[in-house]
Amino acid sequence: MNKTQSIAAGAVMLCGVLAAPFASAATTLEAVKEKGHLQCGVTTGLPGFSQPDSDGNWTGIDVDTCRAVAAAIFGDENAIEFTPLTAKERFTALQSGEIDVLSRNTTWTLTRDASLGLNFTGTNYYDGQGFLISKDLGVEDATELSGATICVQAGTTTELNLSDYFRAKDMEFQPIVFDTSEQTVQGFAAGRCDVLTSDRSQLAALRSKLQDPSSTEILPNTISKEPLGPVVRQGDDQWFNIVKWVLFAQINAEELGITSENADQMLKSDNPNIQRLLGTDGDMGAKLGLPDDFGYQAIKLVGNYGEMYDRNVGPDTPLGLDRGLNALWTEGGILYAPPLR
Amino acid sequence: MKKQAIDSRPASPKPWYDPRIRSLFFQFVAIALVFWGGWTLVDNTLSNMQSRGISTGFGFLGETAGFGIIMSLVPYDSTMTYGRTFVVGLMNTLLVSAMGIVTATIVGFIIGVARLSSNWLVAKLALVYIEIIRNIPLLLQIFFWYFAVLGSLPTPRQSVEVAGSLFLNNRGLYLPEPMPQDGFGLVWGSIILAIVAVTGLRKWAKKRQLATGEIFPTFRVGLAILVILPVLAYLVAGSPLTWELPALKGFNFGGGIAIIPELAALWIALSLYTASFIAEIVRSGILSVSGGQTEAAKALGLPNGLILRLVVIPQAMRVIIPPLTSQYLNLTKNSSLATAIGYPDLVAIFMGTTLNQTGQAVEVVAITMAVYLTISLLISLFMNIYNRAVAIKER
Repeated sequence: MNKTQSIAAGAVMLCGVLAAPFASAATTLEAVKEKGHLQCGVTTGLPGFSQPDSDGNWTGIDVDTCRAVAAAIFGDENAIEFTPLTAKERFTALQSGEIDVLSRNTTWTLTRDASLGLNFTGTNYYDGQGFLISKDLGVEDATELSGATICVQAGTTTELNLSDYFRAKDMEFQPIVFDTSEQTVQGFAAGRCDVLTSDRSQLAALRSKLQDPSSTEILPNTISKEPLGPVVRQGDDQWFNIVKWVLFAQINAEELGITSENADQMLKSDNPNIQRLLGTDGDMGAKLGLPDDFGYQAIKLVGNYGEMYDRNVGPDTPLGLDRGLNALWTEGGILYAPPLR
Repeated sequence: MKKQAIDSRPASPKPWYDPRIRSLFFQFVAIALVFWGGWTLVDNTLSNMQSRGISTGFGFLGETAGFGIIMSLVPYDSTMTYGRTFVVGLMNTLLVSAMGIVTATIVGFIIGVARLSSNWLVAKLALVYIEIIRNIPLLLQIFFWYFAVLGSLPTPRQSVEVAGSLFLNNRGLYLPEPMPQDGFGLVWGSIILAIVAVTGLRKWAKKRQLATGEIFPTFRVGLAILVILPVLAYLVAGSPLTWELPALKGFNFGGGIAIIPELAALWIALSLYTASFIAEIVRSGILSVSGGQTEAAKALGLPNGLILRLVVIPQAMRVIIPPLTSQYLNLTKNSSLATAIGYPDLVAIFMGTTLNQTGQAVEVVAITMAVYLTISLLISLFMNIYNRAVAIKER
C-alpha cells in the first residue's frame, strides 16, 4: 500500500468511527449520582416559587420540590445546584441535558408534553391566569379591558391565553412582551402598560415587589387553567417515576399526617401506609432505584406538601395565598396522589 | 541549464509525485471532510432529536401562532401562522436597521466634521460626545433611553399635546396619519416628473459649465422644481389628502401613526452609538487627504464649501467606505438587542415566542441565523458596489 492509498484508507476509517451513532449515556439517575448533585432549573427570581434569599440560598415551592428529589436520592437536600432560566430558555436547557429537572412554574399542556421530548411528572401548584391593574383606572372586571396595553412574559402559555381571551370576547389589546417577569413588573411600574397579566400566584408575588402594592389590585377573573409542575426528559422512565413519586410521597405524607417534625416518631407507627411511605416496611424505594427510606428523607429534610406550601406561598407569607384548589381532596381541594403501595 | 534538467525528466511522473495531482487530491479531501462534517452534524442532530421525541421539520411554519404582536408593518393578528410571525419580525428588524443606518450616517458625518472644526468649543463637544457614547455598552444605553426617558413621560390621559394633532406620552408618539384620497396619483406622478426634470437639469448644467465655464445654480433651481411641481399638482387635483388625527379612546390613543417607545429607544440608542464610531471613521477619512490637496484647491481660488465637496470628501470616501460597511453590519446585528426592551424584532418574536411555543429550537435558530447572514451579505454587496464606484481610478 502506498502513501496516498494509506491516507485515503485512514480517512475512510476515521469517517466510519465518527459516523457511528454516539453511545447513549447512562440513565439520568446514574448520571446524577455520579456527579453527586441534582441540577435543577428554576426561575430567575419569583418570590414564593424560586428566588435566592439574602444569603444566596434558593427558596420557594419549586425549589423545595427539587430539594425533595435530592433528599430522596442522596439523603441530603443540599446536594443540589440551581440553574436560573428565563421562560424562553427553560425547555431547551432541559432538552439539551443541561439540567436534570425543570421546576419552574411551568404549565402542563399537550404541546409541551407531546412535542418537546419532555414529560410533566405532576402538578405542584394549581394556578390560573389573572390580571393585575392599577386602581386608578377604575376597572372592576376583565371584560372592561378592551384597548388596554398589557405587559406579558415571552414564551409563556399566558401569552397565548391572553390572545385567546381577547379574541373570544372580541376585544382589542396591545401586548408588550418582556423576557423576564422582573422586566414585566418594571414595565408595569413605569406605566408602559395598563395591565400586567400572569398566573395569579405570580401576580401576588410580583405585586409584593411593587413600591406601593396597595395602589394596585388583582381582578377577580381567572381566564385559564394553569397546572404547574416539574418536567423531565422523555425516554428515561425510571427518572420520570422518581420525580413523580417523590412529589406523590409528599402529598401522601400530608394526608397521613407525617411532617418533618414528627417523621422520626412516625418511624415507630404501625400504620402500614405510613410504614411503606417511610420505608420501614416494603421495598418501595428499590422499585424506583432509590434507597427504601427515600420518603422518610424527603419528608424529614424538606417536609410534606402542606409544609412546603405554607412556608413559601401560604397565608403567613408575603404572598398570602389560600390553599384553595391546592388543598387535599379530603379538605375540598383537588390534590389527590395515587396510593404509595 | 536548470530548465533543461527539468525538461529532460520523464514525461509522465507517477501521479502521487505530481504536485498538481497532489494538491488537487488534498483539496478534494479537505472539501469532502468539510461536507462530511456538516452532514454528520445534521444527521446526528436529527436522529438524536427523533430518539428523544422532539418534533422536527418546518411544518410548524404553517400552524396558527395564537399570540399578539404590538407592532407590525404587514397585517397581522393572532389567527395567522408562525410563518407570518417570521415576516412580521423580519420587517421590524429591517425597519429599525434602516432607520438606524440613515440616522447614524447623518449624525456620524456631522460629528466627524465637527471634530475637525477650527472652532475650539465645537471640536471639544464632538470629542466629548464620541468618547462618552462609544465607551458605554450599547445595552446600557438602550435601557437608559427606554426606562429613564420613558419613565419621565406622562400617562396617556396627561399627554403632551401639540396643536391638537401630535401627542406624546409613555405609550409613544402619536402623529396624524395622511390618508391619500382619489386623485393623489397626480401628486405622485408630479414628484416623479420633478425628479426626472432635476436629473436632466443637472446633466445640462454640467455640460454647459464644461463648455462655457458658467456655473448654473443647480441646487436652488432643482429644489424649487421639487417643491413647486408637487404643490401645483396637489392644488390642481383639489387637495386630495386628509389627515387622521389620533384621539384618546378608553385606555390609549387610537388612529394616526404611533411610534412606540420601544422602537424610539432602540432607534435612538443604535443611531447615537453607531454614529460615534462613524464620526471617527469620517475624521480618519478626512485626515487621510493630504494638506497639499486643500492648499492646491485654495490656490485655485475655490471657496471652503467647494473644497470640502469637490476635493476632500471624494478622496476621503475611499478611506471611509470599507469601515463604514462594518458599522452598518454592526448596527444591523446589534438591533437584535431589541429583545431586552420588548421591541418585536426578529429575535424577540421568532427566536423568542415562536421558538418557545413550538419548541423547534434548531429550525428556528437556523432560519434566524440565515436571515442575519443574508441581510449582512446584502449590505456588504451594496457597499462594495458603491466602494467600487468611488475607488481610485487608475488612468
